[in-house]
Amino acid sequence: MSKFPKLIAGTALATLIAAPTLAEPFGLGREALPEEIAAWNLDIAPDGSNLPVGSGSVEDGEMIFSDNCAACHGEFAEGSGNWPKLAGGDDTLANEDPLKTVGSYWPYLSTVYDYVRRSMPFGAAQTISDDDVYAMVAYILYSNYLVEDDFVLSNENFMDVEMPNADGFIVDDRAETEYPHWTEANACYEDCKDDVQITMRATVLDVTPEETEEASVEEAADDGTTEMVAAETTEEAAPEMAAPDPELVAAGENVFKKCKACHKVGEGAKNGTGPMLNGVMGHPAGQVDGFRYSSALEDAAAGGLVWDEESLAAFLAKPRDFIKGTKMSFVGLRKDEDIAAVSAYLSTFK
Amino acid sequence: MDDLKTSRRGFLMSSAAAGGALLTTGAAQAQGGPDPLITEVQYWASGLGDGVDATPYGLPIEYEADVIRRNVPWLTADPISSINFTPIHALDGTITPQGCAFERHHSGAIELRKEDFRLMINGLVDKPLVFTYADLERFPRENHVYFCECAANTGMEWAGAQLNGAQFTHGMIHNMEYSGVPLRTLLEEAGIEAAGDLSDKWVYVEGADASSNGRSIPMEKALDDVLVAFKANGEALRMEHGYPVRLVVPGWEGNMWVKWLRRIEVTDHAVESREETSKYTDTLADGTSRKWTWVMDAKSVVTSPSPQSPITHGPGPLVITGLAWSGHGAITGVDVSLDGGANWQKARLAKEGESKALTRFYLDIDWDGSEMLLQSRAHDETGYVQPTKAQLREVRGLNSVYHNNCIQTWHVKENGEAENVEVS
Repeated sequence: MSKFPKLIAGTALATLIAAPTLAEPFGLGREALPEEIAAWNLDIAPDGSNLPVGSGSVEDGEMIFSDNCAACHGEFAEGSGNWPKLAGGDDTLANEDPLKTVGSYWPYLSTVYDYVRRSMPFGAAQTISDDDVYAMVAYILYSNYLVEDDFVLSNENFMDVEMPNADGFIVDDRAETEYPHWTEANACYEDCKDDVQITMRATVLDVTPEETEEASVEEAADDGTTEMVAAETTEEAAPEMAAPDPELVAAGENVFKKCKACHKVGEGAKNGTGPMLNGVMGHPAGQVDGFRYSSALEDAAAGGLVWDEESLAAFLAKPRDFIKGTKMSFVGLRKDEDIAAVSAYLSTFK
Repeated sequence: MDDLKTSRRGFLMSSAAAGGALLTTGAAQAQGGPDPLITEVQYWASGLGDGVDATPYGLPIEYEADVIRRNVPWLTADPISSINFTPIHALDGTITPQGCAFERHHSGAIELRKEDFRLMINGLVDKPLVFTYADLERFPRENHVYFCECAANTGMEWAGAQLNGAQFTHGMIHNMEYSGVPLRTLLEEAGIEAAGDLSDKWVYVEGADASSNGRSIPMEKALDDVLVAFKANGEALRMEHGYPVRLVVPGWEGNMWVKWLRRIEVTDHAVESREETSKYTDTLADGTSRKWTWVMDAKSVVTSPSPQSPITHGPGPLVITGLAWSGHGAITGVDVSLDGGANWQKARLAKEGESKALTRFYLDIDWDGSEMLLQSRAHDETGYVQPTKAQLREVRGLNSVYHNNCIQTWHVKENGEAENVEVS
């Protein structure tokens, strides 16, 4: 018990731990099969146990990272926008604004492999092979100057990597450092301060989200109307395209939240992790200026791929099946109605 | 930004103005003649309302449309992996309705059918098992009310008063009545003799969504009061709270309350997952970080009056109310200060504090209309008293994010508006 903070009074703890073996089973559930356990029991211990056999190089990792991670985490793992930075921040933990990255903060490399393999990429978790995960982890280490560019990470040498902040953690010590001081005995009730001054005001910073929700909804609706007007104008030129159903468009805007991290639409939309999508509907694929498409998508575009409701629906259902080798690390939309809604929404951006 | 500023000030001013107008109107009616709401037959007193089944599952009336969850968009990169806040400024009592209880997702709220639900227990157990949802419903069940607080609640306030509203400063909390099976029962069903000495064993719990959120829980906690829950406030969990099954870890940080629970592994080590190393650890001034800071210490906040719930009447009777809670047990008392912590008086608890659940407190005063620096201070059954922000900073420095349980100050002005401030 010494390694845990004291959670429960000693006697209660002894009772808790002694009793379980006495209970009679209910005979519910069934035995888990070895294949089932193997499929889910993926967590990796800090000592590296349960690591899969395999390896991956920094060199391979750079490409894999660029295709799957860089959109949010930056080409050099330096981060992008509000997304987590994975590299940098050495010796900043005692500073006013510490930069906590894999290199500067994470105590165990096992955590990196475990998390990347099970939870990344965002929107397409568990689609990367074990070897490629080794390569990605190797690249993250390289980005933090922890290994050289010719490094190959494997289950064999995994535990040889030294994490800079491995000794930077202590177990919760509030019971010693805090609780004894903040007690009934020390609580003051009368004349506790000579003088009370306001030293800071939230309104000075002014970062509280807008309170007039109705107004912003109306603004959004106004925007929608503008788009609709634009859509109708275009419709005259192309009478075969029906104006999208406003309800479907609204539903699509909601579904599009899943895409917004990478794709921008609307006035002034710029390329991000993915290309901006104004005018995508009804136009040839792979034509947005300044966006570096995957060669797979460029090939498809050269083959005459045009984004219409049908092709977009097929792509959005299973991106990696429709265009093998696409950079879009999104697993796909499962519901047909979500796909139809997103198509309708995108069709409003000319 | 200019527009935002203007319109928020507009909101605050208009709500204060509306309150003033209400007051004036009421007074004028009383003096100037009979109230037409009483003397004239109103349409609702003459015609007919909705029939039954007008809304097979009812929602709040339209006049309560502002009592909703809100988020702070600049806080996170994307709403799929983000958090929002319970409108605690507008609620009373202690039970949080599911529909406005805060959400926190790492890879979005998933739709998982009961039929597709599987729960595995593996690791150091006598017999690894798989349960279906129907299996879980056949174990003896318990009901308990517990608060669930995100460790990051009030985390934006470390460096100084920042967000203007109790919803934003303290709304990463909800309090529900859970129905479920003790985790202990499920562990016993699989048998934990294989684990040998339990005093240094753990359970690792994991969710079924893409984030695969997983946390390590010491065995003694797992055998104490952890619940595998499938109902909240009498009905099925909402999708956003982990339907069909979530873990309830009473008194401990919300991140451990794994949603869409799919696996429980008995281990001889903490997994040191991403959520218990790179996140949910607390960096001190010297750069060292605390880990395994699971318990949510005693905390309280005045929910009204507060920035989003200004006083809309003049001097006279005023109800000051708020919430208090502790992850160490029951709340035994709450003190309220009207003068920024110089003097304190005991608030009235709506009922006796329950262990690891929200407690509602009231202080009914005769407000003289002068400005106040409102604070509340919780006491729990261990004798702990909620600290000031200065006391927390003295021990932890300024680099912490999580576990900010400091005393909150609202500056209530003569016109009834309130602002989030820090005081000396």
